[in-house]
Amino acid sequence: MRIVVCLKPVPDTAARIKVHKDGTRVDPEGVKFVLGPYDARTIAKAIELRGAAGGGNEVVAISAGAASGEAEAKKRIKDALALGADRGVFIADPTPENRDPLATAKALAAAIKGLDGFDLVFCGRQAVDDQALSVGPMLATLLGVPCVTDAVGMEVQGSTARVRRAAEGRTEVVEVQLPAVITGQRDLADEQYPKLKEILAAGKKPIADFKFDWPATPAYHVVSLSPPPEPIAGKIVGKGPEAVPELFKLLQSEAKVLTF
Amino acid sequence: MKILVIAEHRGGKFKKGALECIAQATRLGGEVVALVIGGPDAKAGAASLGKQGAARVLAATADWLERFNGDAYARIAADVVKAEKPDAVLLAATLDGKDVAPRLAAHLDVGYAPDCTKVEAEGGRLKLVRPLYAGKAYATVKLNSSPQLVSIRPNSYPLLEQEKGDAAVSDVALSISAADVRSKVVEVEAAKTEKADLSEAEIIVSGGRGLKGPENFPLLEEFAKEIGATVGASRAVVDAGWRPHGDQVGQTGKTVAPNLYFAIGISGAIQHLAGMSTSKVIVAVNKDADAPIFKVASYGIVGDLFEVVPKMTEEVRKLKKG
Ligand SMILES: Cc1cc2nc3c(=O)[nH]c(=O)nc-3n(C[C@H](O)[C@H](O)[C@H](O)COP(=O)(O)OP(=O)(O)OC[C@H]3O[C@@H](n4cnc5c(N)ncnc54)[C@H](O)[C@@H]3O)c2cc1C
Ligand SMILES: Nc1ncnc2c1ncn2[C@@H]1O[C@H](COP(=O)(O)O)[C@@H](O)[C@H]1O
Repeated sequence: MRIVVCLKPVPDTAARIKVHKDGTRVDPEGVKFVLGPYDARTIAKAIELRGAAGGGNEVVAISAGAASGEAEAKKRIKDALALGADRGVFIADPTPENRDPLATAKALAAAIKGLDGFDLVFCGRQAVDDQALSVGPMLATLLGVPCVTDAVGMEVQGSTARVRRAAEGRTEVVEVQLPAVITGQRDLADEQYPKLKEILAAGKKPIADFKFDWPATPAYHVVSLSPPPEPIAGKIVGKGPEAVPELFKLLQSEAKVLTF
Repeated sequence: MKILVIAEHRGGKFKKGALECIAQATRLGGEVVALVIGGPDAKAGAASLGKQGAARVLAATADWLERFNGDAYARIAADVVKAEKPDAVLLAATLDGKDVAPRLAAHLDVGYAPDCTKVEAEGGRLKLVRPLYAGKAYATVKLNSSPQLVSIRPNSYPLLEQEKGDAAVSDVALSISAADVRSKVVEVEAAKTEKADLSEAEIIVSGGRGLKGPENFPLLEEFAKEIGATVGASRAVVDAGWRPHGDQVGQTGKTVAPNLYFAIGISGAIQHLAGMSTSKVIVAVNKDADAPIFKVASYGIVGDLFEVVPKMTEEVRKLKKG
């Protein structure tokens, strides 16, 4: 079984985000990039499903360009290799910030089509920077294979996967024919942490470069990026249960958010 | 501008987010057409979409479409878009909407702006605003393709103040059949509550580690029931197994923007704020006056939630009696 995991370097969720002086993107200065929390889980699941490597069983980690460029994307591929992936594919993106999910999905689709077939492709449900929740379903559509989003669990039997999907107000059990694209929720697997030995061994695993002809004008483009609006100065209504009547008076007459 | 709105529903009951999309499409001006995909019951209430300004409703219905299927719904929507040639396609940024829209974008080879909180017209095109980096930055976005595909975060726009009349409903011939669908829902575990979904709720009451244990959540549930809210939770509470995963609000949980958000015994970590800071009014109850949640709260009460929450329940009961 060949399993592909798509990875995107994203700022640590606790990172302080500053707008770059060009006004259209985030200033990468001082921002720590990490493997996204969802990508970390799809790698763990991919390794589990692969079982022992060899005999046609492999996990391929792919990353396209990405926020802070080549170095960070390659580091994230190395993270995946340390966690047990067998090889990496890197797609360089010439733009300073890779932000059109459709273009990204096209690049990933081209690289995946260049492999000698595949059974499963994993994406995170969302990247925590652009929160597009788009690349996985777009990629599946471009590859012409089915996609199940928001997987919280799955097992594979022969050429069928049985996926638990966390939908709004319900959990679905979806049966899907492989090859397929699955986007992972946090519960898909437990995050794994590599041992020093594995980190060292990852240095010897191959990372291939894949050349992609990026579209000149992206279909989606950011005109400007600004800091969030300042929250309206709040007030402490009071201390303890005695403050409750005053709170509801304010909710009724000042904030006007109650219908009674 | 001609706008097609894909109107999400559950068994023929339209989602508030879908009605909001139609209302905002109407405000943008031009012709508004609604598309309903689903089982035969989806058609029953479809004419009512005219009330928010849809001039026509297209119904793509069949027994086998009763259960949501992103693959099939996107393919059907793509065919309708190709036939109708709208300038923009809008849908609500619910979980199902977010599943369908990117597939549709890939089918049509167009740009897609997800989870927008502002959708306005500018020079005949749409000007879109969407929170990025979990709300730590806001992007103004334009799409260079036609149609412009946009999902709108629920609760971003109100319904029309003055409702219009019903719309004519017509059937769309389906271009695919059940046999074309490559993924199949074989089982659905329905959620137990009748409450509004978290992402669409008008009022949310969320609890954090300050509640001390799962046995104390009935305290919140009682208050939520009285005020008509859906219960949410911080990740600490979900990770501890006190509440189901679907209840989690935050960067790695749900993004919500209700009219009123109560954070009870929640410290206000940046990842939690990421999921709720666009709420219109935030109320925080925390015994620690320095808790970061008070920095984003519109109103705060410093105190022990085990004393404050029962008093809030009592107060709502009193006010409702008038
Ligand atoms: C990658 C990543 C993603 C994350 N994603 C999310 C996410 O999506 N959502 C999320 O919520 N968190 C998320 N977190 C976790 C986040 O950082 C915090 O750990 C979490 O939000 C804390 O939850 P809490 O506020 O319930 O608990 P705590 O931080 O422990 O706060 C408990 C609060 O309750 C108060 N309290 C205690 N007793 C009482 C009482 N009797 N009366 C009143 N107040 C009381 C305390 O003063 C304190 O402020 C994420 C973290 C990481 C690293
Ligand atoms: N540049 C990229 N390279 C590789 N995978 C990506 C890239 N961008 C997004 N992905 C994958 O798509 C998922 C969802 O990203 P998004 O659609 O941007 O929210 C991520 O978790 C990754 O698995």
